[in-house]
Amino acid sequence: MPSGDKQEAKASRPFQRPKRLWGLAATVLVLAGVSLLSLAVGSRSVPLGELLDTFRAYDPLNNRHLVIWELRVPRTIVAILAGLALGIAGAVMQAITRNPLAEPGLLGINAGAATAVIIGIAAFQLTAMIQYVWFAFVGAGLAGIAVFILGQAHETGTNPVRLVLAGAGLSVMLGSLTGIIMLNAPLEVVDDFRHWWAGSIEGRGFDVAGVLAVAVTIGLAVALFISRDLNAVALGRDLGVALGVRLGRTWVLACLCVMLLAGAATASTGPIGFVGLVAPHMARLITSPDHRWLLPLSALFAAILLLCADIVGRVVVAPAEVAAGIVALLIGGPFFIAVVRRYRLARL
Amino acid sequence: MRLRPRAVAVCVALALTGLALGILLLGTGTFRLTPAEVFNSLFGAGSNPTAERIILRVRLPRLATAALVGASLGMAGAIFQSLSRNPLGSPDIIGFTTGAATGAILQIVLFDAGPLGVSLAAFASCVATTVAVLLLSMKNGATGGYRLVLVGVGIGAILSGINTLLLVKGGLDQAAAAQIWLAGSLNTRTWAHVIPAAIGFAAIVPVVVLNARQTTLLEMGDDIASQLGVVPERTRLTMVMAAVGLTAIATAAAGPIAFVALAGPQLARRLTSSPDLPLVSGALMGAVLLLLADLVSQRPPFQVNMPVGLTTGMLGGFYLLWLLTRKRTI
Repeated sequence: MPSGDKQEAKASRPFQRPKRLWGLAATVLVLAGVSLLSLAVGSRSVPLGELLDTFRAYDPLNNRHLVIWELRVPRTIVAILAGLALGIAGAVMQAITRNPLAEPGLLGINAGAATAVIIGIAAFQLTAMIQYVWFAFVGAGLAGIAVFILGQAHETGTNPVRLVLAGAGLSVMLGSLTGIIMLNAPLEVVDDFRHWWAGSIEGRGFDVAGVLAVAVTIGLAVALFISRDLNAVALGRDLGVALGVRLGRTWVLACLCVMLLAGAATASTGPIGFVGLVAPHMARLITSPDHRWLLPLSALFAAILLLCADIVGRVVVAPAEVAAGIVALLIGGPFFIAVVRRYRLARL
Repeated sequence: MRLRPRAVAVCVALALTGLALGILLLGTGTFRLTPAEVFNSLFGAGSNPTAERIILRVRLPRLATAALVGASLGMAGAIFQSLSRNPLGSPDIIGFTTGAATGAILQIVLFDAGPLGVSLAAFASCVATTVAVLLLSMKNGATGGYRLVLVGVGIGAILSGINTLLLVKGGLDQAAAAQIWLAGSLNTRTWAHVIPAAIGFAAIVPVVVLNARQTTLLEMGDDIASQLGVVPERTRLTMVMAAVGLTAIATAAAGPIAFVALAGPQLARRLTSSPDLPLVSGALMGAVLLLLADLVSQRPPFQVNMPVGLTTGMLGGFYLLWLLTRKRTI
């Protein structure tokens, strides 16, 4: 975070390159530190020396090595990747809708994943988290495609309201459907579903991390590819066209990118709402609205936020856990308010 | 405020639709009555004591609750959308409904309270949330519309974290009971629900109508509005308090009903195509939406349980999507 004491006065001045570079370097360092913490902390704490031993000389008979390698490494990777995905998706979403309150969930992805999961639990008697993941993935994808077609993203290309309304409409419909299934299903279904709904990273393995890694790589590449165009789109339709942006293409790519990233994140962790909304706002504190910088910084902030939430959730009520999605809301909320009060947030 | 012919026509049409739905709701159900019998029972001229009891004690309170809740939500949504200058600005998004839910879930999960306690807790925590949002967004004695919305989003996030935590860590039976409250319902409403809601609604509406013109001017920005003689802070505070009061009344009476606050004013604005705040038309549209949803929830397909809050979601969402597929420009 910047020292920021004169942030309000500085807000109108252009951001200097060194400040952004330092900001980026600092965020990467913080993320590395938090990742180490995530490997070491939990219901069974591991000292730093032994932590390094796990990677230098892995001993499958050592319980601590086993805990770190089998549980904490995949979990940390999933948290970082899901955070990166949510951060990029949030920034892209706010750019194309030109709405500072936009978040990836607006495209109906969370609602689609939730409906698919509850159908999986109620109709196919799934109980293992790893089985929900694939249902959630399909649900998120179908909902995203439906919103895309109903909102006619390929055609209007310039009017975000239509897409947002399609997303809101579909989300509410699917949310009600989820509610109706839940109220008419046996109690055990409610029990399974409420735990998925809270948004947790507990018990995710390398297979989930692999899928997520592919999604994040593709999503990040697409997002960076269109980042210049996003800058022009942020100026509005006419200026964007005047600057030579092919609005339709940018829109389609941006939507696909958000769907892929947010869909993969929601599928692997459950709906974690707030992270994608806050991270771009935090990133705007240390960088200009230039999306070539905003996208990576927003991704890093989101990863830090989600990983911290996961660690805190492991520690506060150990040996039980609080889901990362809940902690992200409880930590992110006050932080967001503090930021809103302290600084003048950059408007889009 | 100038009366626009088209807006007036839309309002009259909506009122008539609401009336027709009301008669349908009073007359049908497991015990069928003709419209004539309904009128006779309503005005005390009926010869059928059973019909009279069903109408006056069961169906009329339910109908009145639905109409009041729908109208309150529609009006509150119109105010929030204007103040936040955002078509997505509704009490649901700014965190007030979440606040009401926190109170209710606390009561259900921790204290196992009855319906009256839950309603009171919902009302109290909705008001407390508002006060917290207003105080936290104060800076140099001014809230500023944009900061108000963002602080609301932050508070809403914290509260929804608490809600989820309570639902996950609470007992399974209480969690299921809380889910039912969260779905929003009009079942077993009595005059004890209607009368407080009606008094509150009647008290708030004049305040809203008196400030409507200033609020419309506020949409042009604080600077221009104050040059036109509006006091931005005072107008905004008054309108936020009024809208929160309306939301609290609705939530206490029927639980958090989804979507009416968001869709009511949007639909009304599109029908009237008037630049004024869609207060009356939004309220009427909200009432009609909720009555329609109640009609559907009382006759669900496949014998499933369908609380009215979920029906509003289904109907509203479907209508919005249908609108999107039909219209070229939105």
